[in-house]
Amino acid sequence: MSTEQKRKYLKLSGLEPMIVSAETNFINVGERTNVAGSRKFLRLIKEEKFDEALDIARHQVEGGAQVIDINMDDGLIDGKEAMVRFLNLIMSEPDIARVPIMIDSSKWEIIEAGLQVVQGKCVVNSISLKEGEKEFIAHAKKIKRYGAAVIIMAFDEVGQADNYDRRIEISKRSYDILVNQVNFPPEDIIFDLNIFPVATGMDEHRKNAIDFIEATRWVRENLPHCSVSGGVSNVSFSFRGNDRVREAMHSVFLYHAIKAGMNMGIVNPAMLEIYDDIPKELLDHVEDVILDRREDATERLLDLAESVKGTSKERVIDLSWREESLQNRITRALVKGIDQYIVEDVEEARQQADKPIEVIEGNLMTGMNVVGDLFGSGKMFLPQVVKSARVMKKAVAYLLPYIEEEKKKNALAGVKQEGNGSNGRILMATVKGDVHDIGKNIVSVVLGCNNYEIVDLGVMVPPEKIIQTAIDEQVDIIGLSGLITPSLDEMVFLAKEMERRNFKVPLLIGGATTSKAHTAVKIDPQYKNAVVHVNDASRAVTVVGDLLNKRSNQKYVGDLKEDYEKFRESFLKRTKQKEYLTIEEARKNKYLIDWGSSEIVKPNKLGIQVIEDLDLKKLEPFIDWTPFFRSWDLHGKYPSILTDEVVGEQATSLFNDAQELLQKVFNEKLLGAKAVYGLFEANTVDHDDIEVSYSHAEPFDDDNDRISRSADNGNFKFRTLRQQLKKYASKPNFALSDFIAPKESGIQDYIGCFCVSTGFGTKELAEAFEVDLDDYNSIMIKALADRLAEAFAEYLHKKIRKEDWGYATKEQLSNDELIKESYKGIRPAPGYPACPDHLEKLTIWELLKVKDKIGVELTEGLAMWPAASVSGYYFANPEARYFGLGKIKEDQVKDFSERKNIDLEYAKKWLNPNIQD
Amino acid sequence: MKDIKKILEERILVLDGAMGTMLQRHKFTEEDFRGERFKDWPVSVQGNNDLLSITQPEAIKEVHRLYYEAGADIVETNTFSGTTIAMADYEMEELVYELNFQSAKIAKEIADELTAKEPHKPRFVAGSIGPTNRTASMSPDVNDPGFRAVTFDELRIAYKLQVEALLDGGSDILLVETIFDTLNAKAALFAIEEVKDERNIEVPIMISGTITDASGRTLSGQTAEAFLISVSHIPMLSVGFNCALGASQLTPHLEVLAQKANFGISAHPNAGLPNAFGEYDETPEQMASQIKEYMDKNLINIIGGCCGTTPEHIKAIADLAKNYKPRSVEVVV
Repeated sequence: MSTEQKRKYLKLSGLEPMIVSAETNFINVGERTNVAGSRKFLRLIKEEKFDEALDIARHQVEGGAQVIDINMDDGLIDGKEAMVRFLNLIMSEPDIARVPIMIDSSKWEIIEAGLQVVQGKCVVNSISLKEGEKEFIAHAKKIKRYGAAVIIMAFDEVGQADNYDRRIEISKRSYDILVNQVNFPPEDIIFDLNIFPVATGMDEHRKNAIDFIEATRWVRENLPHCSVSGGVSNVSFSFRGNDRVREAMHSVFLYHAIKAGMNMGIVNPAMLEIYDDIPKELLDHVEDVILDRREDATERLLDLAESVKGTSKERVIDLSWREESLQNRITRALVKGIDQYIVEDVEEARQQADKPIEVIEGNLMTGMNVVGDLFGSGKMFLPQVVKSARVMKKAVAYLLPYIEEEKKKNALAGVKQEGNGSNGRILMATVKGDVHDIGKNIVSVVLGCNNYEIVDLGVMVPPEKIIQTAIDEQVDIIGLSGLITPSLDEMVFLAKEMERRNFKVPLLIGGATTSKAHTAVKIDPQYKNAVVHVNDASRAVTVVGDLLNKRSNQKYVGDLKEDYEKFRESFLKRTKQKEYLTIEEARKNKYLIDWGSSEIVKPNKLGIQVIEDLDLKKLEPFIDWTPFFRSWDLHGKYPSILTDEVVGEQATSLFNDAQELLQKVFNEKLLGAKAVYGLFEANTVDHDDIEVSYSHAEPFDDDNDRISRSADNGNFKFRTLRQQLKKYASKPNFALSDFIAPKESGIQDYIGCFCVSTGFGTKELAEAFEVDLDDYNSIMIKALADRLAEAFAEYLHKKIRKEDWGYATKEQLSNDELIKESYKGIRPAPGYPACPDHLEKLTIWELLKVKDKIGVELTEGLAMWPAASVSGYYFANPEARYFGLGKIKEDQVKDFSERKNIDLEYAKKWLNPNIQD
Repeated sequence: MKDIKKILEERILVLDGAMGTMLQRHKFTEEDFRGERFKDWPVSVQGNNDLLSITQPEAIKEVHRLYYEAGADIVETNTFSGTTIAMADYEMEELVYELNFQSAKIAKEIADELTAKEPHKPRFVAGSIGPTNRTASMSPDVNDPGFRAVTFDELRIAYKLQVEALLDGGSDILLVETIFDTLNAKAALFAIEEVKDERNIEVPIMISGTITDASGRTLSGQTAEAFLISVSHIPMLSVGFNCALGASQLTPHLEVLAQKANFGISAHPNAGLPNAFGEYDETPEQMASQIKEYMDKNLINIIGGCCGTTPEHIKAIADLAKNYKPRSVEVVV
């Protein structure tokens, strides 16, 4: 270059301009409007509370975000629709729309839909060479034509750039293609050069930060006019839990990266120390790590980190508390969940007390009250409470023989028995046909901690048994739990029974599919007494307390009934406004795929396959941890939850415990993993049915009348359900059958289905923990088994895509992208939004002979047993997508029952939660 | 013919004035609008000025000729509403291609006639692409701010048809104008890029936004500079503003563009603001004296008139422009 080039600046616009010049400071991108980054935002979008979601965007802009990143990539929301709707709403809010938008998605169709509704100059986040040059160029051309800037991920066909050379190689290649072939303005290119953690203890991670910084310098010097961006918090990932070190690491990293030319990024301002305020020693150690200046930099920072931790008061690991008074020691052991000294402390208390029961009613309850208060005020979290309960149980177990002895003595002496001093007796049960009990067990433990006596009937409890036990044991409250949709009807039935039998005790409703709406509309009217929907353990304590408070509970119940009544009225009013199509109309508005040009790949392996005993360790990288934390009432996305301001410390501790148990499961092969799956020729017939042709070699055993109806002559039919809600504009009414070529097209299409389970052995392990009075690990093993089952489903789906079906042989997805479901094709499961009808599980069971092949059974309620199992379909069409069925009308139910040749009433019973009334 | 980009560096180019104002003088009736061909058209077509290119072509040609003779280098085709979206009001979606083709063809006829007469001053035809009567960024329903009456794709498809017809009819330039919603303009620009790509041609593009009032923003809320950034991905001959305001009210916004844009700057303001009767009564001299300020400040490369301007206004402006050098297109930001 002969003359010095004039510098061109990245210019963006909302309603107002934003120019990234040499003088502008680092541009901070707000990312709270990202469903992957903010659980609150995700919830609001899921609940369609767009007004509140807009408030989040507004707060970010008011808080100084110069660009807002918007991401709607979540398996349970229609990302495209949500993106368009949210952007349209933003455009009507001048105080938000003044800043430029970053349209963030791994799906091109969402990006393009976003670009089509924003007048200003946006940033697309992101594209890369991952899928090859052809797609990269095509997308870049489109982006240019829409007038947007673009973030280029340092990712190519081989994988993600993780060292200096690869970063340069990929960015240079991307840049050359963009500038020379696409004619993309170089100032509109922003590189995300991948910020990875340092100080992980692995040698290959040592240069992660310095490589990023040096690559940034190279890019800014050698690729004229472009920008460099990145998500900063990744760098300090290994020090999660130690915010002081992390803050210092962020500042040091940014200080050097900005000097090298990084001019944009996502930084949480709350997690940033001022560079000059970092103490000299810490600064030196952190710089050693970031800049990889010493062989032993990581060890030295780790050592220092301990002492830095030590300077903040709460984290002192010392035993001075052992010097304190007995009560303080017992309280502390309960609050901190330390069981090491509890027996010796309780023994000391017993010797001081007149009667052993006094230790429970006095010392231990005093401690548990502190736990209850802390939990109630949000200062303790669920896993801690469960650990407290473990300590409590151990203490009580130690005291029991003494109490029994005391009783015997009293009986001999003729002393009258006193009550056991509990606050009340609560019956807990997972209803008939359902096997899920993690949530129920957590609530039981928490209530137990608060001195309620729990009568736990376990899972799959028939209604007669619940009623009878409630009478026999004179319980004060009945709590019902369930996870699958048929359980909702069981609960309604129980409420009716309780009314018929003249019960007076309050009924608690909880579990994943339950909701305040269902409770208010369907259950509450069946029972004259209190019905309360309680979906988290922390509320359970207050609700139960209020219900059993003799002085005020009448008013409380009155208010409750009134609240549900109001809720019911407004809910019913709301639903009336929705318009529905007849099933015929809905079919006319089905989703149309151009079968002539649609890509249909014949599976490499047709027929049924079984995986007998998979090495569980293979599943570890596929685990999606976020729902694991949710099952413990800790909300936030993994891994950022580990550093969350509020729950981070607790989440990290829970995670460590989970890891420990998980490794034990791996090493000792404590759980069994099995799968059966099949790929079949299939076509859609009569709009909504998917006909599968497959003949079992052996005559199939017709042991179940319910099952045989779906098959005739080697043909199996999956009956799908179609959306009937009247859609805006030209949105189609989806059914899963839309994704399979219709028979009349003459094109042979295919479908798959599967069942995986990692639940073999869970029950035994959980029971062993319970015998050991360790509810914490009993719940933990079930939660882990659930995660492993989901991971297995993910693992198997990948194998299907890449090998057995082989329609995505070139796919290169990170685990994160798998969890975000960035792949082609879908894996809907009966009982979930696209196909809420559980009955189709019977067809899967029959087609795959699931019970024979791997031993997973269906309960009466069509829940899978063992509980840690997943079943579903595979659709491979690139246009296949997840959707929610929503409500359907009676005409479709009738049609469905006729197609399936089942009783209308029977069909209604199963589809009930989805029938609009 | 000499490349318009070259000429733009040499002198200030003059654009024509209002078409509507000139046509009003004819006081055309419903029958005049219909002509023989549309005498049985099921809906009223009076007011569909674009239709006059077919039913009263001589009147349109006359207006073009008058503007060229007054000193205009560029006239705009009579196609401000020439999209399927805008023509839906008259149920004339099917006629959109023909309307645009004919409008471009008759304008080109006059242009060629005058270029032949005065080869030193070549005359150009700019295919006029209006905003349509719907907005892609705003909801027409105050109770439902997320609603949109038109989508990007609907606009893109409608604009593409117009663009193809304008080019087939002989337009030298495409002028996306009276932009009150930048997203509509982006759809038009997207369509133009598609046509350029498919036909493997280059076409000079002029882009002209509308600052609606004293707030200094477009109807869809953008400032002048944000508007500029939002359309700068397209290689443009010029960017500027037209309509809504008179020449003097437009000055500060043109200054913003003149400082920031690496393209030519255009302006075609109204003849002042409308009076109580909705008429524009600024005289040619009054308007020219305000436009002199643009030239003194070296803000402009292309200048013309919008609502209320006549060949007399354009003559006054053209006479003035002769004495000035154009603004230099290269800008140091």
